[in-house]
Order: sequence, then C-alpha cells, then structure tokens
Amino acid sequence: MTGNQITWQRGIVTASTRAADGIARIVVQAEHGVREAPGSHVDVRIGPDAVRSYSIVETDGASVTLGVRLSPTSRGGSAFMHALTPGAAIDITAPLQDFPLRIGARRYVLLAGGIGITAIAGMARTLARLGADYTLVYVGRTRAAMAFLPELTALHGGRLRLHVDDEGTGLDVAALIADADPESELYMCGPIRLMDAVRRGWLAAQLPLPNLRYETFGNSGWFDTEEFTVRVPRLGIETTVRTGDSLLEALERAGAEVMSDCRKGECGLCTVGIVDLHGALDHRDVFFSDAQKARAHMLCACVSRVVRDRADACPGVLTLDLP
Amino acid sequence: MTNPSPAGATAKSLGFPRNAWYAAAWDHEVTAKSILARSIAGRSLALYRTESGRPVALADACWHRLAPLSMGKLVGADEVQCPYHGLRYNSAGRCTFMPAQQTINPSAVVRSYPIEQRHRFVWVWTGDPMHADPALIPDMFQMDSPEWAGDGRTIAVDTDYTLVLDNLMDLTHEEFVHSSSIGQDELSESDFTVTHDDRTVTVTRWMLDIDPPPFWRKNMRDKFPDFEGRVDRWQIIEFQAPSTIRIDVGVAKAGTGAPEGDRSQGVNGFVMNTITPETDRSAHYFWAFMRDYRLESQLITTQLREAVHGVFGEDEAMLAAQQRGIDAHPDHEFYNLNIDAGGMWMRRLIQRMIDAEQLAATVVR
Repeated sequence: MTGNQITWQRGIVTASTRAADGIARIVVQAEHGVREAPGSHVDVRIGPDAVRSYSIVETDGASVTLGVRLSPTSRGGSAFMHALTPGAAIDITAPLQDFPLRIGARRYVLLAGGIGITAIAGMARTLARLGADYTLVYVGRTRAAMAFLPELTALHGGRLRLHVDDEGTGLDVAALIADADPESELYMCGPIRLMDAVRRGWLAAQLPLPNLRYETFGNSGWFDTEEFTVRVPRLGIETTVRTGDSLLEALERAGAEVMSDCRKGECGLCTVGIVDLHGALDHRDVFFSDAQKARAHMLCACVSRVVRDRADACPGVLTLDLP
Repeated sequence: MTNPSPAGATAKSLGFPRNAWYAAAWDHEVTAKSILARSIAGRSLALYRTESGRPVALADACWHRLAPLSMGKLVGADEVQCPYHGLRYNSAGRCTFMPAQQTINPSAVVRSYPIEQRHRFVWVWTGDPMHADPALIPDMFQMDSPEWAGDGRTIAVDTDYTLVLDNLMDLTHEEFVHSSSIGQDELSESDFTVTHDDRTVTVTRWMLDIDPPPFWRKNMRDKFPDFEGRVDRWQIIEFQAPSTIRIDVGVAKAGTGAPEGDRSQGVNGFVMNTITPETDRSAHYFWAFMRDYRLESQLITTQLREAVHGVFGEDEAMLAAQQRGIDAHPDHEFYNLNIDAGGMWMRRLIQRMIDAEQLAATVVR
C-alpha cells in the first residue's frame, strides 16, 4: 500500500517560466503544504469534470514544481496549465503515489524520455542523496526540448547520461539492457515506443519483470495523433474522435456508457471489443500484452487510437461492440 | 531541536517515533511455513521468511482490495498470494501475478518494510526507509553471546508503551510490587544517579552490605552452593531510545570489590527488555533474563525465566490498574518525583525523536 488518499486543496501559482521549448516550469504553493515521496504526482482540476495528473519534479515542503509540456494535441490539460500566470488559484490534490521508488536495490537505472523526466527527476535526487548506485538516462529529440538540463547536470554529474536524437546520440536500448543485471531495478517514464522497446529487451534478456517499473500517462503513440470515426451500431452511435479527444471521451459525449478508471492505459477497465476496423490500431496502453495487441480484438478506449490506412489514405473508422 | 519543556510526562500518550527499529517478533516466530500477522507501531504487517531464510515484512493489505495478505499463503521462493483474488507479491512487495490479464499493472505494489534479524529478534523499521540504518538497532548483544545464557517471553500489554518504560526506569517499585522476590527496603533508601547522552539514559543504584532478597539468595547458591551472609547489590538501568532497556543486575559477596569492578564473587544477570508499541495504548513487551554463570544449566535457564515471568506478572497487573486510573481521570497530568528522573529523561529523548521527525516532514525532501 502506498497510503493514497485523495485530498483536494487550493493551490496558488507562484511562478510559470520556460523550462525548455514547449515546456513550462510551474510552481504551485499548496494551502496545506506537501509531503512528497519520489515518484509522486498531483492531480489538477482543469475543468468541472476534468482532472489531469502531473508528476512532481521537486518540492520544498510548501510548493510543488511541475513540468508541463504543451501538447499540440492537448485534450485541454496542457493548454490550461500553460495559460496559468502567477497568482492564479487552482485545485490540486495532495501528492499521490502510484510509482513508488523502492529503497534498497543493489543498482538502479532511471530512464526518462522527453517530458517523462518530470516523473524521474525526484527519484534521481533521492538516490543521489542516499549515495545509491544509479544511472540517470535522459533521452530527447533535441537538447532545446529537454527540460531541467542544467539542474540535472549539476546534481548528477557523471551519473547523468544524455541521449539526443538530433545530435546522433540516440539511445541504444540493447546496450542499456545489457548493462542491467538481475539485481538492477529500472524505472522509466516516457513515450510508449521507448517503453515498449525496453520492456521487450527486458523480457528477452530474462531479467525479472517485477524489477521493471514504469509510469505512463498514455499520451504518446506509435503514430501521430489523427482524427478518426467511431461507430457503435448496437447503440446507433457514429461520432468523430478529434485529435484533442480520447476515444473514451468521444464515446461518452455521444452518450455511450463506458467503464473506466485510470485513463492512462494501465488498469484495463475501459477495454472494448472491436467488430471492424478500417485503418491501423495505435495501441497506447500497457495493459495488453504484445500478443493481445497483435490480435487486435480489443483496445483500451482511454488512450488507444486509430490512424488512416496506409494504402488508401482514407481516414480510420473503428466499429465497436460495447458491453 | 531544543529541549521540549515541560518534559512531556503527561498521562496522555506521548506517541511513538516511526523512524526506529522495533522488535516485531522473536526469531523463531517468523517462519517460511506460515505468515505472521502483527501490528507494529500502528502498521499492520505480514511477516514471513523466504525459502533462503531471509525475513520479510510486507504491509498486510493487498494493493487491490486490501484483503490481509497474512490470510493468504506462501508460494514459490519468496512470494505471498492474496487470499482473495490470488494476486502475488514478491519479498520486495512487487506484484508478480494478476488474475485474468497477461500484464501486471505497473503501480501494483505493497509496502515492503526494512527488516533485520539480530539478537534473537526480528526488527522492523516502520518509518522512512531512507533512514533505516541497521547500526541503529538497539544493542542487546547478551541475547546471543556465548558468554551469556537465558531465555524470555512476550507480554501483551494493554497500556501505552511508555508506562512499561516508566516501570523499568525506576526500580523503587520492586520494594512494593515485588516484595516476595526481589523487593527490599534498601531499594527506596539508597541513592541513585542518572546520566544520559543523545540516545541513552543510565540509572545506577548500589546497595552495599545488605541481606539478599529471596531471588538473589537462590542465584548466589546456584553459583556458590555454600553461600551465606550479606551482599553488595547493583541495578544499572540503561535505556536506549526509543524503547529498549537493559538492566545490569546482580549481587556479590559483601565487600569483595563489586562496586570497584570485581564481580567474580557474585552473580550477574541482564534483564533485557524491548517494548514495541502496537497501538497508542497497547504494546508487545519482549523480555529475557540472561546470566553469566552456570551457562550449561537449562534447569537454571528455565527456573530464571519462570521466576522473572512471575515477577513481571505483578508488574502487568499494576500497569493494567494504572491504565484504569488514567482512563478514569483523563485530564490529569502525571505528578513527577525525584525517582522519576530516569523516566523523565527517557520521555525527553523520545519526544526529541518525534519532534525531529515532524521537523523533517516539513523541510525539503
């Protein structure tokens, strides 16, 4: 148990500055103060019925620092957060912990891809303070888009390994796995492609699966986000899933009742059955196994999507049977 | 932290520090055959051993629906299986199996507590695991030293653990509570000294040239069968924060140099006590009596264990009566006497540990 209890409190934005291209560093002073364990996040209320989770980059006991990337396909959260200016009042939860760092492992590898650094930075700081054996691997497309680089370099020195795609130093996943051993614990947060590659390598190397820990916010896929059509014949529904919507949200708006919980592709409650598909599935969840994803009978409505068929370039159409 | 003032000897519970090693069980109680459920410092724990013999302490509540893992079973080399839906966890608390799915939810984990086996006990750290330094385990080396022999038991106490500590820090009560065994007038007539440092408090009392009480006459005759006459008696109580007390006790033939350090003409025992809070008003009281003579005699080991068990039964009755008094007078503060000096220092050191934790909780983490 991690002792999670959702308690809302008032937060006041005290700073919003640029952390990297498209990434804001937002500092929120919490009404009741914060106690944070590494790997925690806060939920932020961005609308009457809308809540988004943001990892805590650091705290000083009174404030939390968040790093928020403005998503071009934002479903509202990142646009709301980037519009905040000092003095703004928002509702935030006390820190919640779904990604706990275990103290006491022989060796740690921390892997952050892009904005995933926000979930990993606090773990790295904790391990540095403990004098643990750790490596912090930070992967990005361009240096300009990688947040918190000066602070991370100052704190972690030689334990920080940067891999920057446009500098030709992209991550070699096989080499990363080869450095791990059965006593290593790997914690990762980043794009689904990166995490899938690491998970496959981890399995292939027969490393203990419980030692691979990850958190996904379910907002990255194998393909760019596209608009597509969803149909539910039994309910007489046909609607468009816009780039700023999730399939789940589009279904709910069209009047379908879908059970869901985590909304980040982890819990498997929102799985729905596929009757017909025109286009290609973009599974963005971590709930289904690779074999299940390949069968393409089901998908997680909260994060997964459809993209156009490569051959005829017609927009995707997904036909579902809801329970 | 500066000294809290007053020293916190209120009748209300002082509370307990979380950043501490507490004895959770005797070593023999934790096995690879079944899961032991025990509440330690307010945390419900499931205790067991891996196939390789390493002790494990997991939170006794499944991540999924909080069913007690202690009702489940041990599977594989080091895993527990939830009795409700069969989720499995390894010794690090990581979920290794989920029903009806091919993957494992990445956040599925139960808390795994730092745990160490030492001095015949299994010790659990209930606070911030980042501070769980095994060097902080209380020194009770007599428990498994070849120079000492003895045994003990556990008492389930229905009072706040600090009342037990109070009881052990001031032994003048022996004269009144234990009059038939170890009590004697000289206890309340003799002077004592109290010293302390950051982690320990020591209360020292010597009673010179006195008649030995029945318990000590018997022990002397175990070592010196023809013993008659007077003794020099000592009690040196050493508190180790937050809740361990070793009491160096013994008697030697009067005038043979025991106060100066020559105990060869005497018998020496160590009353080993470590009291683990269970809740705000209940505790696990682990004790043993260790001796440094006639090490080979299981008869003496058993006799001493039973004798001390009888003596502690008298304390237990008094503590229960005291708790009833406290409950009946909820607003009363304790009055403190000269004899409470050791207990007051004990309370102050505990209060400092609690204050330090509360301070740490509000600074940069």
